[in-house]
Amino acid sequence: MEDADDVSKKDVITKLIVLSSRHMMPGDLLYKIYALRKDVIVKETCFGAEVSGKKEDVNSLIRDIRILDPYGIFIKERGFPIGDLRRCRATSGGGARPGFHQIEVEAAALPLMSRALLEYDMGVKPTTHEKPAKLDVDVFKKIIADCLHSL
Amino acid sequence: MSKILIYPTNSLVLADLVDRFGHEPLTIPQEIRKKVTSVGLDSPPLNITPEDPKIGLKYAAVEVPSGVRGRMSLIGPLLEKADAAVVVNDPEATFGCMGCARTNELVNFLIRAKKIPMLELPYPTNEDDARDFVYKIAEFLQSSEVLKHE
Repeated sequence: MEDADDVSKKDVITKLIVLSSRHMMPGDLLYKIYALRKDVIVKETCFGAEVSGKKEDVNSLIRDIRILDPYGIFIKERGFPIGDLRRCRATSGGGARPGFHQIEVEAAALPLMSRALLEYDMGVKPTTHEKPAKLDVDVFKKIIADCLHSL
Repeated sequence: MSKILIYPTNSLVLADLVDRFGHEPLTIPQEIRKKVTSVGLDSPPLNITPEDPKIGLKYAAVEVPSGVRGRMSLIGPLLEKADAAVVVNDPEATFGCMGCARTNELVNFLIRAKKIPMLELPYPTNEDDARDFVYKIAEFLQSSEVLKHE
């Protein structure tokens, strides 16, 4: 049977807030989170912030935070708690923690996503691009023959 | 609110878009959280026990490397809960739990075998692609085939 402590720990979630905003830096985000006076643990990071707390507290904080910059704030869940020794760089001898690389790769696409989300809300429809047709086999055969002939 | 499996299952962009359009993204950190925050670790530090590859046996044969079965013990339960899936079919890079190509092939196969509504699209690399990416995901998540699970 699970004890009360185990049950309460399972209710605790951690979320990553990644910024791709023109109006907000991680420090500003932190002040806004503090101003909301929620019962959560917050950590400022180079890409935004991490928040940890009871599920309902974190989810309500996330809803409030999104409003600050709807197109510049991206959020996902994190498995490990904030400052967990198994993941913290301070205790693992430096280097990026596992999981940072995925964020690093995707962060490059966030400015594109911000603009696309704004345009979606403005009702801009995507322009359809016709894919170039596949090369016909006979044409390809002719190219091969020409190449061989020119050798 | 439908449960949407995303692939890659640790994708920031996909998890955010699914959440933004009012559904619950099924991501691998949810499963990892359950493991690493349980009190009384059976197998420190990450609490991966011999039971996990056994759970993975439901999805992959015994000859399959234990790494695949171990990963499937995390991804499998997500797959079972999924009402629909959003799949990026050529992710530029996959790290961590998504770093095993064979597991990724198996997950893609199982998503298709489950015959749930699925949206497949490439990662955006330019503005036009990004607009198309957001539009398709938004329309899919608001479509009747996804909303009927609510």
